[in-house]
Amino acid sequence: MTEVILFGLFAAVALAGAVVMLTARNPVYSAMGLLVVMFSMALFYVLLDAHFVAAVQLLVYAGAVMTLFLFVIMMIGVDKREDNAESIPFQRPITFVVAGGLAAVVVLAGYQAWVTGPEVTGIDSFGSPDLVGTIETVADSLFGTWTIAFLSTVLLLTIAALGTIALALFGPTAVRETEPEEGA
Amino acid sequence: MTVTVAWYMVFAAVLFSMGAAGVLLRRNALVMFMSIELMLNAVNLTFIAVGSELGLIEGQVAALFVMVVAAAEVTVGLAILVAVFRRRSSANVDELSELRG
Repeated sequence: MTEVILFGLFAAVALAGAVVMLTARNPVYSAMGLLVVMFSMALFYVLLDAHFVAAVQLLVYAGAVMTLFLFVIMMIGVDKREDNAESIPFQRPITFVVAGGLAAVVVLAGYQAWVTGPEVTGIDSFGSPDLVGTIETVADSLFGTWTIAFLSTVLLLTIAALGTIALALFGPTAVRETEPEEGA
Repeated sequence: MTVTVAWYMVFAAVLFSMGAAGVLLRRNALVMFMSIELMLNAVNLTFIAVGSELGLIEGQVAALFVMVVAAAEVTVGLAILVAVFRRRSSANVDELSELRG
């Protein structure tokens, strides 16, 4: 019963945070809404016994990624003059139809698969029913079965960091200096 | 009454659709990035819910990989955004419709 109460409470909180994120004019409020969603997600992970991922969620998302977002907002200034003129005709109604249709399709597919669909059998034979995502169990899989994938993410992060540094070093200012020579 | 995996799936589907609506509706590139983060988080929740339902640790491992990819994507995306802002002094994506500096 506690699980139901916690789920309902934090689902409502997360939905409220998502609505704030979508509707706020000020990007800082959007970031705060996303932060609320991230915290609720961490709670859902704890409810699902994924303790290590919940900790990583708080450290990486609520900590690092949101700080990065706030830094960038601080750097480029709060841009409130978002102009809502439609450059594509009927963009807004089409958006609502597309997003609503997507929601309907995903919920319907999930309903058919998980509520009215056939009972999934035979899977418990290789999975353990009372799995707890501690550091040990996650690391066993991450550094055992999925070592190559893990090393690929190391490569990915290095390339992303290099790309970011390259953008900062040889970005628009460097291009601007060469422009007059091209024109001449 | 217990929380079944279907609840998590429906909740994640709603969050994912809200993120998709945000990408389509908003013009501020920063808020569009946040909407993409929302979509990635919704997918993470489905990974972990299904992994927990089936008793497989791979759901949580997949969620960790999604987090890594999301971190890399945010780093590069925000760097591009700052580079664009330095040149255009606007984060509005509608003003970036031409493919030239």
